[in-house]
Amino acid sequence: MTALPNAVGAALARTDVREKVEGRAQYIADLYRPGMLHGALLGSPHAHAHIKSYDLREALAVPGVHAVLTGEDFGDHRMGAFIKDEHAIAKGKVRYVGEPVAAVAAETEAAARLAARLVKVEYEELPAILTPEDALAPDAAIIHEELASYFKVFDTGSKANICSRTSLTEGDAAAWSKCDVVVEGDFTTQPQAHVSLEPCGALAEPDASGRVSLWSANQSVFRVQANVCESLGLPMAQLRCLTPRVGAGFGNKMEPHIQPIAVKLALATGRPVKLILTREEDFEIVRARHPFKLRVKTGAARDGTLVAREVSVLLDGGAYADDSPGVLGYSLFVSQGPYRFQYRKAAGTLVYTNKLRFGAFRGFGNPQVSFAGEQQIDEIAARLKLDPLDVREKSMLRPGDKWFGGAEVGSNGLAECIARAKSASGWAKRAELKPSPGKKRALGAACTAHISGLLATGAIVRMLEDGSIVLNTGAVDIGQGSDTALTQICAEALKVPMERVRLASPDTDGSPYNWGTTASRVTYTTGRAVVAAAHEVEKQIKQHASEMLEAGIDDLELRPGGKVGVVGVPDKAVSFFEVSARAHWARGGPIVGTNTYVFEKPSVDPKRAIAVGLPFPQIGVFAFGALVVDIEIDEASGKIEVKRAWSAVDVGRAINPLSVEGQIEGAFVQGMGLALSEEMVWDGARLANPSLMDYKVPTALDAPYEIHPIIVEAPEPDGPFGAKGVGEIGINVVPAAIANAAAAALGKRFNALPLTPERVLRAMLAK
Amino acid sequence: MTVALTINGQAREVRANLGDTLLTVLRDQLLLTAAKRGCNQGVCGACTVLVDGRPQRACLSLAANCEGATITTLEGLTRDPAMGRLQKAFAARGAVQCGFCTPGILISAHTLLARKPDAKADDIRAGLSGNLCRCTGYRKIVDAVAAAAAEAKP
Repeated sequence: MTALPNAVGAALARTDVREKVEGRAQYIADLYRPGMLHGALLGSPHAHAHIKSYDLREALAVPGVHAVLTGEDFGDHRMGAFIKDEHAIAKGKVRYVGEPVAAVAAETEAAARLAARLVKVEYEELPAILTPEDALAPDAAIIHEELASYFKVFDTGSKANICSRTSLTEGDAAAWSKCDVVVEGDFTTQPQAHVSLEPCGALAEPDASGRVSLWSANQSVFRVQANVCESLGLPMAQLRCLTPRVGAGFGNKMEPHIQPIAVKLALATGRPVKLILTREEDFEIVRARHPFKLRVKTGAARDGTLVAREVSVLLDGGAYADDSPGVLGYSLFVSQGPYRFQYRKAAGTLVYTNKLRFGAFRGFGNPQVSFAGEQQIDEIAARLKLDPLDVREKSMLRPGDKWFGGAEVGSNGLAECIARAKSASGWAKRAELKPSPGKKRALGAACTAHISGLLATGAIVRMLEDGSIVLNTGAVDIGQGSDTALTQICAEALKVPMERVRLASPDTDGSPYNWGTTASRVTYTTGRAVVAAAHEVEKQIKQHASEMLEAGIDDLELRPGGKVGVVGVPDKAVSFFEVSARAHWARGGPIVGTNTYVFEKPSVDPKRAIAVGLPFPQIGVFAFGALVVDIEIDEASGKIEVKRAWSAVDVGRAINPLSVEGQIEGAFVQGMGLALSEEMVWDGARLANPSLMDYKVPTALDAPYEIHPIIVEAPEPDGPFGAKGVGEIGINVVPAAIANAAAAALGKRFNALPLTPERVLRAMLAK
Repeated sequence: MTVALTINGQAREVRANLGDTLLTVLRDQLLLTAAKRGCNQGVCGACTVLVDGRPQRACLSLAANCEGATITTLEGLTRDPAMGRLQKAFAARGAVQCGFCTPGILISAHTLLARKPDAKADDIRAGLSGNLCRCTGYRKIVDAVAAAAAEAKP
């Protein structure tokens, strides 16, 4: 554990790992409070219906029931990250099968579930809109009749069942005439479930003063606070949000799930109420990755130089907007990949349907557009008989190039990512690979970029009386390792051993605002705030030391191990303990360093590009990646096996290489699930496979042992010690690279995900 | 009804309704929360515990059927040297991210190494194929189990 002074860059064990390997880590379901009640939900049996009446008599008669709540008990308040369109519980109308219509608090979980089942609701069914095309039909039933009156945070262009629309254009369409090769195609991607091993849940406890404390499975205590208070009409200061350990998120726990309902039950009963979703409910009512329909056209010159691309997408957003407008905008923003084009256009429409909301999921729209765009680059290479990685290298963004729309790109390690993935995978000799008997084998490659950034962040670094440090950022570690990385950053900045820095658990009462653990942002954005807050502490330490040692501030230096001394005079130094004791008891007051900021660099340069309805005016810095996969396809069954993978990612600087590798490897396997096996399937309006038996996430046998993470470090000028994000980028081009390998092996293109044995076999049989 | 069993070396009597699973009793009554409820359908493996020395899904075992059984959870293996080696290797090799699957995986790995002390990567992949992990991609878990096996050798 002791790493001195080089905490940054060290492959340290996680600060929370002992409690996790000993089974002592407490997740939301592991919390129990005195007098605690258990909550349960009744879900709608209909996809689209008016609620006519409720009969609660049987439910209330169940022994041990303390409260049965329905939409009638909730005021007309709505929440939503981009469009405030969602009540805490169905009110007046249901918009998807499973949508919570009633909630119960009872002495036991069994009593709560029984009572929930006994709530009788009378519905008047409406036509269910189950596809985006149905939503756009001229005579379609309207899912949100009051859409025009909803509060929206940007120019959404909402009307009828259109939730939002976005477009981004740069360059001159005349560039198409310079193309010698143009490929065009339609692509579809499937809905993917997050399947965090921990189902969503919440525990709300009212206190004597009327305030409520809320623990929940979450990716941001501050988004929980905002969503609960918006949807219940409570002042934010009345709610304190905290976090236990979180059993992964991947986007699923960023915006609300059932926290507002848990708070309402607690307020109604005056008792702590714990509400934990079943796995089926977690599938049916939280959120999932958007299914995309894409039409993409890419053109290139004879020498392989990329010239023009147009992308149009249609997104099924489900019943509520949630993060969908962001996913639409971001997918268009990254739809051109990390390449130079003379002309590019991306436009899309997001519609409401009667399905559960689709929302944030690792990659945030990037995997879907990359599945199309990265295959088209391979198609162009094939048409021109060029090496597909040569085509990419020829047109890749180089240091100094701007992003689509004109955003500044800071550091750019793409060239090194490609070079290292190529050499590690033996790309040049790929034709010599031998398949196993009865199999076809090929390598496939794809490239990507992803942002890390967005919105507001802060850090408070406090020096306690004994000179030890408490770091408070409000950033929730959902398992990716930010608690450890931020501790490393703080320890490094103050040159103290790791064990002298402890992290305060996120708490809306005491932590500085942190928008959330999302957008691959915590290491980059929060890390910056930690460095800045630590510098504030350093300044105060030096002020004290200068008075104590009678030396000029500029002559002082922090020394490893919690000391400050005079440069060049080894024995003239004081310890942090002496400094902090003086600050607490004699001079100046306790030492606290704080920093807050909001990411301010513009996403689009209006002189360069035309943007309509882009929901993030300021977005982030860019990480880059290149992926090569080695697959075998069984000629009899069509099953694709990923044998090896090389995933090179430019992370700026790896604060903790072990955790960075963990992100790259984990993202790869989650991407394999998206590429090969995972698909949420609806039978009419009802999700047909809300169970881990019928929804196939990769197991230890499906994942290749040979996943080779390759860390590339092109330091980000304003990143903490040069770091940028790594959480999402590793998933972006897994489906594309596997599809490119499949095309290389079979000579067939796949325009739909997932590449199940059935789909692959059908393609192999079609001559 | 009352069920008598031995849990982590201690004789205990627990109350159990007919439908209560072993997992519910362990967690809600005995506050032994290392075993997790990930799916309650016997698929994810996060609730794996030892029943009479064999790994079982606590979410599929009815508490009422455990009369006289010896139950061991991760909490009961804190002083077990083989588990100690696994825990150390998991920590050092980045085999833990969110940690929700970890207790179940450790129980499965512990059983695997007891049965096959020289397990190789492919044995470990097969031995852990009943435990889902959504964070790590499994490779670091496989490496950690292999490292614990190597450390056990004299």
